[in-house]
Amino acid sequence: MKMRLPAAIAALALALAAAFQCGCSTAMPARVRPWERGALADDIMNPDIDPLGTAAAEHVYFSREAASGGRGVGGSGCGCN
Amino acid sequence: MVTKTKRSCRLLAAAALALLAGASPAQVAPGGIFPSLSLAGPGGAGLPAASGKVVIVDFWASWCAPCNASFPAFARLHEKFADRGLVIIGVGVDDSPSAYSAFVARLKPPFATVHDSRHVLVSAVQVPTMPTSYVVDRTGRVRFIHEGYHGSQTEHDLASEVEALLSERAAPP
Repeated sequence: MKMRLPAAIAALALALAAAFQCGCSTAMPARVRPWERGALADDIMNPDIDPLGTAAAEHVYFSREAASGGRGVGGSGCGCN
Repeated sequence: MVTKTKRSCRLLAAAALALLAGASPAQVAPGGIFPSLSLAGPGGAGLPAASGKVVIVDFWASWCAPCNASFPAFARLHEKFADRGLVIIGVGVDDSPSAYSAFVARLKPPFATVHDSRHVLVSAVQVPTMPTSYVVDRTGRVRFIHEGYHGSQTEHDLASEVEALLSERAAPP
């Protein structure tokens, strides 16, 4: 059976889409590998490195916005174990 | 014309699939042969001879807290089993040579360490987490893998595995 040109292009597009989709998966080099997490484990990456500063910022936020909380973000760290 | 285009498309599709398949080497699994430690760079030359011995290869980094906690346990295993043929090799994967050296100087491990500064060995092994230790038998085959360090449980498991592997006879040459 002869493959028509649009079908061939569709097959190619499918293969490329699969390749790009896998770019988001854990198998591709874009992922930060366990042995490359030194920078993430650095103290400077800790969002609460300055508790006093964080408390002051929280207070200002609460005073201006009449709301608090909602800043639940993932912390830093090496992701070990 | 159509045939030519079709062939090109097939080639491109095959190339995309090959790219996917070869994106990263497979993880070293139990039963597999452990890659050569010489991949860790020039420091690998100074490692103790591991041929025909039971070897624990532990991947660690100075920024990894469980690695820090695991070193005294590996020191105890070294003390207990080194005379009977256990070789422990700690492979540091720090980017910075000074961080590697400072860690080794602080903990003073009685076993050998090597700096895989270019991440060649750790990439070949595809370590799943930090730390990870591989227990390799006398034939160079990986028998047990410990992901992470879970205190006395890991130490106890390692000790019993090493005990069992040391009692195995070496394969005839």
